[in-house]
Amino acid sequence: MKFTIKSGLASALVLLASTAFAASVVAPGDVAIEDGAVSKSLTGAPGDAAEGRKTFADRKLGNCLACHAVTDQSEQLFHGEVGPPLDGVGDRWSEAELRAILVNSKAIFSEDTIMPGFYTLDVGVDVREDLVGKTILTAEQVEDVVAYLITLKE
Amino acid sequence: MPVARGGSAGNLSGGKTLKTLFSVSMAAIMSGGMWASVVLAGPSDDKLVIDEQIEMTTRTAAPEGHPLDEVISGWHYRTPETRALETDTFQNPGMLAVEEGAQIWETVEGTEGKSCATCHGDASESMAGVGANYPKWDEDSGKPINIELQINKCRVENMGAEPYKFDKDGQKPLTAFIKHQSLGQPVALDLSQGDMQTWWDKGKDLYYRRTGQLNLSCATCHEDYNGYRIRADHLSQGNANGFPTYRLKQGALVSIHNRFRGCIRDTRAEYPAAFSDDLMALEVYVTWRGSGLSVETPAVRQ
Ligand code: HEC
Ligand code: HEC
Repeated sequence: MKFTIKSGLASALVLLASTAFAASVVAPGDVAIEDGAVSKSLTGAPGDAAEGRKTFADRKLGNCLACHAVTDQSEQLFHGEVGPPLDGVGDRWSEAELRAILVNSKAIFSEDTIMPGFYTLDVGVDVREDLVGKTILTAEQVEDVVAYLITLKE
Repeated sequence: MPVARGGSAGNLSGGKTLKTLFSVSMAAIMSGGMWASVVLAGPSDDKLVIDEQIEMTTRTAAPEGHPLDEVISGWHYRTPETRALETDTFQNPGMLAVEEGAQIWETVEGTEGKSCATCHGDASESMAGVGANYPKWDEDSGKPINIELQINKCRVENMGAEPYKFDKDGQKPLTAFIKHQSLGQPVALDLSQGDMQTWWDKGKDLYYRRTGQLNLSCATCHEDYNGYRIRADHLSQGNANGFPTYRLKQGALVSIHNRFRGCIRDTRAEYPAAFSDDLMALEVYVTWRGSGLSVETPAVRQ
């Protein structure tokens, strides 16, 4: 009996995954970083670079400008200098590597990096109550930013 | 413990260009710190002299066991305009609150019919140097206390008055007034009192503990990256010697526990209550990190 329910559930999930967009999103705990890269889109679809550009600057979302300067967004005041400037970052890293950096920078750089992991639940202690179990960016936002970073070529 | 870098301006001047940086291997990039060489915001080299007479120690050799070589006041990381405000007590907007504190010092409150002055007389004598040595061990509670808690102790035990609530009523101005009596004195804690060392240890743990969704510790920002700009902010070493501090952004005095809570909140974490054991331990440790710096209260910050 138990067995039937389980397999029933499993096939229902497979069905969902193949039909509904939401179900094809890889959960934060299931993202596999291999050789410093995440080869497949977290949503199964390509990101939107224009949206990514906005997410990158938005203080409530990526807030990447807090730490990184990028000439492409020189219209924005105050670019940080904590991380390397991201001009040409699309030449230095592949799409799959950039995705991995965004998902969990700690797995790519070092445990000590200041850069937050944007799609991981491997976070600090005492997380603000309403954010427990939530990632900084959604899978879709990560894909958008990846699509944007790829455009940063020199 | 994270790799120390950017600890002093000296570390920033490696002179490598971006090009060489990015032609090196990824392994080298991962070892970190190399683009540090391309940015040179750093702390300023000015000297802080208040009213053309009080020469302030704003840079000094770090005490033994400190992770950085040099201890630097947050004053050095501010803009020339902000720095200038602190050089002149007439211009320093925090001095209004200090004057308010002076009035409170003389004001009788509570059932015993006493003011601070009734017991302590002229603060410029009785309180000279006192604020430079807090937090201090408090035998009665078996904990370290800061000036705010010492004020409350006096209010309850000697004046028959209600303790001030956190950041309310006279707490900030009176604390600033008392600390201001130590202007220019070097911060020096006595860690041999009571269990101070245990609290220091606990504070140190908290300092390196990563909190919140952004997964940052105090050290990530103030030890590894002081001297760098994080968006519009110029990261300092996060020293406590200027508190309560006048923040231009808020147009008011800001207490040290308020600042701690703000920094912890910015990591997207729940933050401890003011005067909780965690924040008192942090105050002991953070104050110690600024050992030897002059008390700047009321410092002016952005
Ligand atoms: C709090 C600081 C901080 C924030 C916020 C931050 N980063 Fe980073 N980032 C760094 C640092 C520092 C490094 C260099 C690696 C290291 O030292 O750990 C880095 C490295 C990178 C790299 C590799 C750069 C290169 O040229 O090799 C990329 C790509 C990157 N970050 C993208 C982003 C994006 C996109 C965001 C926002 C969604 C972001 N970062 C937010 C600090 C930050
Ligand atoms: C995300 C980065 C970040 C983290 C993490 C952080 N701070 Fe800060 N802190 C700042 C910024 C930005 C300022 C304002 C500029 C400055 O003085 O550094 C500041 C200011 C301060 C100041 C005031 C310094 C002065 O001279 O007035 C103190 C004290 C301080 N922080 C302590 C702490 C402690 C303790 C922690 C950990 C509990 C902490 N900070 C964590 C960013 C941070």
